Amino acid sequence: MKHVLTTVAAAAFGVCMSASACAKTDITFYFPVAVGGPITKIIDQYAKDFNHENPDLNVLPVYSGTYQETIVKVLTAHKAGKPPGAAILLSTDTFTLADEDAIVPIDNFVKSEADRVWMKSFFPAFMLNGQFANKTWGVPFQRSTVVLYWNKDLFKAAGLDPNIPPQNWEQTVSMGQKLTKKDASGNVTQWGIQVPSSGFPYWLFQGFSTQNDAILANADGNQVKYDDPNAVAALQYWVDLSKKYGIHPSGVVEWGTTPRDFLEQKVAMIWTTTGNLTNIRSNAKFDFGVAMLPAGKRRGSPTGGGNFFIFKKTTSQEQEGAFKFAKWLTQPERAAQWSIDTGYVAVSPAAYDTPALKKYATEFPPALVARDQLPDAVAELSTHDNQRVTKALNDGLQAALTGTKTPEQAMKEAQAEATRLLRTYK
Amino acid sequence: MVLLVGFTHFPAVATFIDSLMSTPRAGRAAVFVGMENYRVMLEDPIFWKSVMNNFWFAFITIPFSIGMSILMALWVNDKIAGRDFLRTAFFLPTVLPMIAVANIWIFFYTPGYGLVNQILQLFGFAGHNWLGEPNLVLGSVIVVAIWKEAGFFMIFYLAALQSLSPSYKEAAQIEGASAWYFFRRIQWPLLMPTTIFVLINALINAFRMVDHIIVMTKGGPDNASSLILFYLYEVGFKFWDQGYASVLTVVLLCILALVGLLQFFILDRRAHYQ
Repeated sequence: MKHVLTTVAAAAFGVCMSASACAKTDITFYFPVAVGGPITKIIDQYAKDFNHENPDLNVLPVYSGTYQETIVKVLTAHKAGKPPGAAILLSTDTFTLADEDAIVPIDNFVKSEADRVWMKSFFPAFMLNGQFANKTWGVPFQRSTVVLYWNKDLFKAAGLDPNIPPQNWEQTVSMGQKLTKKDASGNVTQWGIQVPSSGFPYWLFQGFSTQNDAILANADGNQVKYDDPNAVAALQYWVDLSKKYGIHPSGVVEWGTTPRDFLEQKVAMIWTTTGNLTNIRSNAKFDFGVAMLPAGKRRGSPTGGGNFFIFKKTTSQEQEGAFKFAKWLTQPERAAQWSIDTGYVAVSPAAYDTPALKKYATEFPPALVARDQLPDAVAELSTHDNQRVTKALNDGLQAALTGTKTPEQAMKEAQAEATRLLRTYK
Repeated sequence: MVLLVGFTHFPAVATFIDSLMSTPRAGRAAVFVGMENYRVMLEDPIFWKSVMNNFWFAFITIPFSIGMSILMALWVNDKIAGRDFLRTAFFLPTVLPMIAVANIWIFFYTPGYGLVNQILQLFGFAGHNWLGEPNLVLGSVIVVAIWKEAGFFMIFYLAALQSLSPSYKEAAQIEGASAWYFFRRIQWPLLMPTTIFVLINALINAFRMVDHIIVMTKGGPDNASSLILFYLYEVGFKFWDQGYASVLTVVLLCILALVGLLQFFILDRRAHYQ
């Protein structure tokens, strides 16, 4: 009898006297791995620490493959009525997840003043992709942006100042011309610059388009402006890097081999994700630098990476627990260490004020470039029916880069297709 | 029988029913739309592009991989030095996990320092961006497919060759028949059942091809290497368009069923089994 009373009391006060006396809430947490490093180990440790601090909760991390594999698993599970409690998915999947009625807005759980402060603690640029219809559907966790990497040794060899990367589009061309080397028979042995265009060229293109003052989609995700003259001109510039100036390889440049091309010193400058920083740092046998993308009419880069989502078809205890886990994961100290371990951009300004990240940044200044670029960063392209609307742009970009369509024709056709796809979301 | 119904017949029928329905979205249940999804397919340029790509893919991959597999089988069937090593080498592509292999092939095809371009440059040719040009990319993935398939089919031919009685060969030698004549009039007809088996497999594989494409090109540039199953994957698991994906599945099922019927009713009659 006494035992029963203790249990009742424990339950009533929400305190667990012993592990056996309280029911734990299991929270399955799906996470993808998209960069190198011992990511699964770090996440497992997080879950262990969190469960230790919160005896009534039990986070079960599940490594679920790539981003694409993860969303397939999550949405299939959702359709079967058994989604995970939480997952890390691309921030651009927000519309898709909301349209499938799979997620709940994070705002639903924000009750205390501390919660409100937490919601405002992130870099505004990282919140953009998670918000629409006046709600926040996901909070940033592993986020990235596009930056320029340059090979200082090759700059020196070409007679350029190794410490000054190109600041604008004109300098990219003039420096690129000095950095492009050919052999006796006219084959290029070293390219000036390389911007990858396989798989998801829209993301890199957003660098050019933002710099040329074109925003490709509205915040409600039901309208795109692929045929904006500034966007067409931005694509023309990308095409011209190869066609007119001859400083960029022709055709589609593979995303996966671009860091390797850079490490092999076959190219002097590349645009790629901050997520490659750790990889390039540990493998480069030469001096390299990391810089913000050069400016066109303005500076600009898209953000990228994954947000933390909470799923609808789960119990409210699971959802509350997932919310608690999200807050726990994004605490400044943890966000700072996560950034150091993975190369992702830490999600809040407070993380950059922690001693750990400050120390790391003095040892390795390139770690700060992504943060400094954030004020100029824009949302990653994302709309309703996201993958299809994005594919229309991807196909158009590749058609222009391979010369089968002019930039104007390519963007007009992509626009027509996207408008057709989005007509039901107005 | 339960398994057959559960995993084969029921999904096929369910897919056909889904293909007549709209895609359910949040707050909107699937409704009957009749042939609407089929009409969309007929008007979809990417679908037709994938069909044409798949046609060329099959048309080139099949004869080349069968031809090469026969040559390799004949070669390693003879008593030559290093025979076991050669057999293993030819068969190796089949046992390697294709995702890993496709990743390696990406580097073979890399412009500049990739293996393929290095060899070309050694002989003074200009290198190409193999996976980055729309007119080269399909050929590049075809080469990988042939490389993979030929070794697999070789095993069947090798087994068939070894089961042929050596008395044929002795008789041919006594009669003074040339090696080519012996192959054309004796070995080739006797290998016919194997050829049909291999042909059907090659046809099916050509329409089931998806792993290389996902890893190496993602259907790009501009759908130049998109095949039917890859496009089906995109529609089903990236666009989440269940209705349209079901239509594509029905089309793919019909193609594969047709291949099966071809085997049963036409080719089987023309081959004479021992």
